[in-house]
Amino acid sequence: MNVIVPPARSAIGNAGGLVEQYRAMRLELPGEPTARDLAADWLERHELPSRRVEAWRYTDIRRVWETPFETAGATPERAKARLGALLSTHGLADDAAALPRLVFVDGVLSRALSRMPDGIDVRPFAGVDAAEPLRHPMVALNTMLATDGMVVRVPAGLDAGRLLLVSLCEGIGGRAVASHLRHRLVLEAGASLALLEIGEGSGCYLSDGVLDAEVGASAHLRHVRLQRDSGEAFSFSMVQATVAERGAYDGFNLALGAVLARHEVHATLSGPHAAVHVNGAQLLADAQVADLTSVIAHDAPNCVSRQTVKNVLTGRARGVFQGKIVVARVAQKTDGYQMNQALLLSETAEIDAKPELEIYADDVKCSHGSTAGALDEEQLFYMRSRGVPVAEARAILVRAFLDDALQLVDDEMMRGVLDEAVAAWWRGRAA
Amino acid sequence: MPAVAETLNTVETLTQSTYKWGFESDIEMDMAPKGLNEDIVRLISARKEEPEWLLEWRLKAFAAWSGMKSPDWSKVGGHPPIDYQDVHYYAAPVKKPGPKSLDEVDPALLAVYEKLGIPLKERAILAGVEPDPDERPQIAVDAVFDSVSVATTFRSTLAKVGVIFCPISEAVREHPDLVRQYLGSVVGPSDNFYAALNSAVFTDGSFVFIPKGVKCPMELSTYFRINARNTGQFERTLIIAEDRASVSYLEGCTAPMRDENQLHAAVVELVAMADASIKYSTVQNWYPGDANGVGGIYNFVTKRGACRGARSKISWTQVETGSAITWKYPSCVLQGEGSVGEFYSVAVTNNRQQADTGTKMIHIGRNTRSTIVAKTISAGRSDSTYRGLVRVLPKASGARNHTQCDSLLIGDQCGAHTVPYIENRNMSAKVEHEATTSKISEDQLFYCRSRGLSEEDAVGLIVNGFCKDVLKELPMEFAVEAQKLLQVSLEGSVG
Repeated sequence: MNVIVPPARSAIGNAGGLVEQYRAMRLELPGEPTARDLAADWLERHELPSRRVEAWRYTDIRRVWETPFETAGATPERAKARLGALLSTHGLADDAAALPRLVFVDGVLSRALSRMPDGIDVRPFAGVDAAEPLRHPMVALNTMLATDGMVVRVPAGLDAGRLLLVSLCEGIGGRAVASHLRHRLVLEAGASLALLEIGEGSGCYLSDGVLDAEVGASAHLRHVRLQRDSGEAFSFSMVQATVAERGAYDGFNLALGAVLARHEVHATLSGPHAAVHVNGAQLLADAQVADLTSVIAHDAPNCVSRQTVKNVLTGRARGVFQGKIVVARVAQKTDGYQMNQALLLSETAEIDAKPELEIYADDVKCSHGSTAGALDEEQLFYMRSRGVPVAEARAILVRAFLDDALQLVDDEMMRGVLDEAVAAWWRGRAA
Repeated sequence: MPAVAETLNTVETLTQSTYKWGFESDIEMDMAPKGLNEDIVRLISARKEEPEWLLEWRLKAFAAWSGMKSPDWSKVGGHPPIDYQDVHYYAAPVKKPGPKSLDEVDPALLAVYEKLGIPLKERAILAGVEPDPDERPQIAVDAVFDSVSVATTFRSTLAKVGVIFCPISEAVREHPDLVRQYLGSVVGPSDNFYAALNSAVFTDGSFVFIPKGVKCPMELSTYFRINARNTGQFERTLIIAEDRASVSYLEGCTAPMRDENQLHAAVVELVAMADASIKYSTVQNWYPGDANGVGGIYNFVTKRGACRGARSKISWTQVETGSAITWKYPSCVLQGEGSVGEFYSVAVTNNRQQADTGTKMIHIGRNTRSTIVAKTISAGRSDSTYRGLVRVLPKASGARNHTQCDSLLIGDQCGAHTVPYIENRNMSAKVEHEATTSKISEDQLFYCRSRGLSEEDAVGLIVNGFCKDVLKELPMEFAVEAQKLLQVSLEGSVG
């Protein structure tokens, strides 16, 4: 057990304290320490971003450092119970027997709870590659402290079906754990995989995961993510994907949990006719903050990117959307479209959106749209005049609003999981 | 500024290599030594015979500026760092006793007007010769020739209805209470790096005051010319429209060609009280540098209007074709209930130009409304960015914003970027943003070409159509000029 003591109050604003802790235990962590050392150096040289830093303008992560976290641990009993509950809540029970899954508990793979998939190559976690470009504090932190992760390769031409990836954080004796999972996923040419990722937990913890995905030529990765972290948790996730010719990364992130969450996708379209979808929905209440940030880099001609992101905000919640499309000079005939919409259901909710286009090629079709507002009074009136009670009318309208995004999940089982999670969230609000 | 439009008729003389207004006039200058420190600030204040409070205000701004860093968040960059100590902060044409007729006016000054294409009558007025009272042209001009407003025309006509239109240095002397009340009330002396710099060293600019219930009887116009070598231009403009007053203000500028980059950091403050309206139109055509990006103006401007009263309205319209670097966000602070902010912009960059421009609409009051229409055209090896903020604060119930940003790329070596910030904290507010980026459609081009238009004319026509929503907001004289300017700016970018 490695206990990370938080930096002294005065040191908050840089990761100095954490770096010192890391240096003391660097040889106990898996893999070669080269990449970790680079990350530690980087963290030492760079202040943790405040809201004055453009990329973190709407999300203040500095409070994360005020909590003492422990790096890894496992509480098998409680985790087992939670997994059982998770599988049944999401209507997965019937399929669960057949569905291969990798279950991580407090940042460590639980072999007992996992069900290894056939046909695909799963290897033990062996550290992080040294060639990591560092410019992101949470990725650097993950690189420095990563304890475990899914390392999967899908061989050329294979349709590997569905894979369930679960991250549970339970903590030990009420202490806060930090989970730094580092997943690496390679889809060889023509391979396909549908990954359903679910994050849950209880109490206060830090979940800081990174998924490096390499999507080969004509390969297809579906990545549906359900973030139901505990209401006290800090939840960060980063997807770094490169997509080769005619390949596709099709991502969807449903954010429901955590007090502070940021899901980030950095996708590079590196071969012609590749496609990237970064869709999502954020349903937030109370004082939750959730941030969906994406950078889609069109580095090859004739590629397509699509984004539809919906926010439903109530209480004092704040939704953040930052979406950037960068079209390089060579990326002629790019087709980029981005839509983000927010529904504000309370007087105190807030949406901050920054849809961004950075375009260096002239023969492109790029557009984005953004709207924010309350439920349409006329639509409500229409439904009420036809005898639908107001609460139900609101539920129907919110559901319809979300549907544009949820419909984009083309795996029916996974869409079912998301539908059920949305319904449960709404019931929780109404109660 | 209809005069400038005339000068644009001979379009071919305006290509980048022979920038028409790239002349330098030899007028005796009274110049402060290079560099910036408290003594320079004191010197400027003393030269302008300013009251103590204004000196204090300047010194406070200087102190704030000294502790600030120049902003680095915009897309503009790649230019060498600006040495703020290598600039003359004060240059005034040497004062001579008022001429009785044009014959007595410094011929070099007249030659400048000639090149600017100012009609003879206005030249005389600008040079300080009293106008013939029977003739009433419709536009009053306040020419800012380097740092001192040389003359203000048509003052008597305006004075009859109570409108004050004069150099701000004169307003400091004649209307100190008004200036003191409003100066810095919209853009504070430590608002940002360039505004603080301006507050410390501004030498002149225009002051406009429209009293209650008065509709200004003519369009007010000013233009800026940067003339002396290495003098930064630090204009300060303050426009106040009292209850139910209205005014339309035109600003245009041209600058002589030179090799070194020049700094321009102006501040424009607008205040609109209840039911007042201010329309501020700009055509900016400063020297953009040559095809390789050498020379050209750095244009770092803070423009902001406060809609203080209920139902007040501020409308910014700009056509930005010049400058090596433009960094400018004309904004509206919508405080008054039901107040309206508008921003219409065309920004064209060619060769190595860079522009990062847009607006901020801050919705504070109930039922405030704002409209943003921004058209960005990039050609050559230039980069153009729209950057705009729409912020709806919790009390701005019923606020409404619509933003439309369109970018057009001409050629494959340029960049067009869109960076909107949308922050909504009121559920009853409606905020909409749309943006597109595309090139000129082959179909449109083909259609024009098949009807006998040359490729350049076809592009000109399509670009004008692309910008129509903005150009129609300009006062007539400006609109004609702007259309030509667009075509000229894009010369050499097609084919």
